[in-house]
Amino acid sequence: MNNGVLVRLVDVHKVYRTGELEVPAVRGVSLEIKRGEFVALMGASGSGKSTLMNILGCLDRPSSGRYFLDNADVSGLDRDQLAEIRNRKLGFVFQSFNLLARTSARENAELPLVYSANHLSHAQLREKADRVLASVGLAGREDHFPSQLSGGQQQRVAIARALINDPEVLLADEPTGNLDSRTSIEIMAIFQQLNERGITIIMVTHETDIAAYAQRNVIMRDGLILEDRLVSQRTNAAAQLRLTPASTV
Amino acid sequence: MRIAPTFNVAYRALRRNKMRSVLTALGIIIGVGAVIAMVGIGNGAKAQVESQIASLGENVILIFSGSTTSSGIRTGWGGAGTLKIEDAEAIRREVPDVISVSEEVVSTTQVAAGNQNWFTRIYGESADYFDIRQWPLADGAPFTAQDLRSANKVCVIGHTTATQIYGNENPIGQILRIKNVPFTILGVLTPKGLSPQGVDQDDIVVMPYTSAMKRVVGGTTLRNINVQIGDARQVEAAQQQIISLLRQRHNIRPGRDDDFTVRTQQEIAEAATATSRVMTVLLGAIAGVSLLVGGIGIMNIMLVSVTERTREIGVRMAVGARGNDILTQFLIEAVTLSSVGGVIGIICGIATSRILSIYANWPTLISISSIAIAFLFSAAVGVFFGFYPARKAAALDPIEALRYE
Repeated sequence: MNNGVLVRLVDVHKVYRTGELEVPAVRGVSLEIKRGEFVALMGASGSGKSTLMNILGCLDRPSSGRYFLDNADVSGLDRDQLAEIRNRKLGFVFQSFNLLARTSARENAELPLVYSANHLSHAQLREKADRVLASVGLAGREDHFPSQLSGGQQQRVAIARALINDPEVLLADEPTGNLDSRTSIEIMAIFQQLNERGITIIMVTHETDIAAYAQRNVIMRDGLILEDRLVSQRTNAAAQLRLTPASTV
Repeated sequence: MRIAPTFNVAYRALRRNKMRSVLTALGIIIGVGAVIAMVGIGNGAKAQVESQIASLGENVILIFSGSTTSSGIRTGWGGAGTLKIEDAEAIRREVPDVISVSEEVVSTTQVAAGNQNWFTRIYGESADYFDIRQWPLADGAPFTAQDLRSANKVCVIGHTTATQIYGNENPIGQILRIKNVPFTILGVLTPKGLSPQGVDQDDIVVMPYTSAMKRVVGGTTLRNINVQIGDARQVEAAQQQIISLLRQRHNIRPGRDDDFTVRTQQEIAEAATATSRVMTVLLGAIAGVSLLVGGIGIMNIMLVSVTERTREIGVRMAVGARGNDILTQFLIEAVTLSSVGGVIGIICGIATSRILSIYANWPTLISISSIAIAFLFSAAVGVFFGFYPARKAAALDPIEALRYE
């Protein structure tokens, strides 16, 4: 099991080429994330955290260096192979939810299964999607369109979509960026709950108080890791929710 | 990637923009509809000409006096009187497979009965004429070989002539005066309609050619000889035999032009249908242009759709859609638009040609093959014009696509 290491980056570089100019975005990052960790990737804009996130999410390939996901080197895979890795091993949650408009919550959640290698029947798809939606607290809203859901509910649909294929890693890019503070805590509560169930989470954020829900903070600056520390005073979202009455939901 | 969900996705994407989908499909509907209707009109005209040619009779060879100077069919028919009654006799005697021969002389003149008169065409023929032209009598009896031998003053009249002179009266047994010679009417022919040249074939008086030569037309030569061959496969051979027989009889030396023209019904039909075939192709081509424009409409809308749905494409890629999945999805959308448009277009095209048939009295003919071709072509238009936008969508970078506003 390689000491339970799920994600291993070895001296990863990413250089963007704009005409003659070469812009280094990531300049040599080595990082190990164990199975079951909840890591917050932090840094100011331009620090390279989004580029690193794209590489971790198999949306982009490093210019040099190696990326091992679940002990397999994925740094040299082509577009289609990366698509398959994303489908089987990764789940994405975005800042702007990125749900398909005029498509029900259930069908949004089913989306990764449509592109999955193992074919399920229509009924199986439905059953699976409803179960995952229920696990993020959306039972009864399976047929709602995104436009009929609040921001927090939309993000829950997105989380359900990310979870439906039982991914190794849940990648979240500023998941609370478009949410108010109360809803943000609710989403963090879901993340912590998922993490307790053993799901590895990597979350990009620039907010310190959101990063405090994670176990470990990796802080980047100018394409390098500036600081990698465990969170000493971890915030418990569920406890917070019990203290804060639901004023406006 | 599963095909059923992809169809579902495409269907839903099209339904999401109902108005736009309908307008895009309309381009194809008009294109396919126009092709179906135009080709239907062209084929209808062709079929009409063909049926008129067939009305000349089956396996018929026509021999005309004089020679035609151009490839046109009508030039010089019977221009110079070179065919003699003996030529017809020789053909009857010496060419195998000949089943009927009719010597023909033609004239136009005024005919009268009672206080009515009418300008019509007089055809002198043999008794076989009605068999060769497959032209039965509606009433009465044809003239006989005896009438021919005796050059009796008898005739059979066409439907138009009958109604013009006798109205509702029964003309059989009545006397028709032709050049002041009284002819007894033996029968009335069934209506045959217009010839390919637009001449009313029923405006006619048919009599024994002997009587016609003696009493109406004058002269000793035939305008043409109609020959019917028993076996369709022997028509060409018989044509050659007739040519060599007549050259021999007319003492034409090798290398000199014939002083007669031999045409088979097949040749006449080909010449007559050539025009309508050209018309069909032209009409179809013009309609095809509108189908092309419809295809460009699809491409345009698909490009807009790809741009609009860039984020959607990004999300699909992020959750594991490969380039091919995206390509398939957009291609299916384009092909659905074009083939649904194609089916509706076919229905509209059929309806249009029906309406033209009924109200404008144009003959139209829609074949299964033209429907199949139109449908396949519309689907092909979808693939062709959908491919570029679909490939553009498939080539998107997922990161860029997700970031797209």
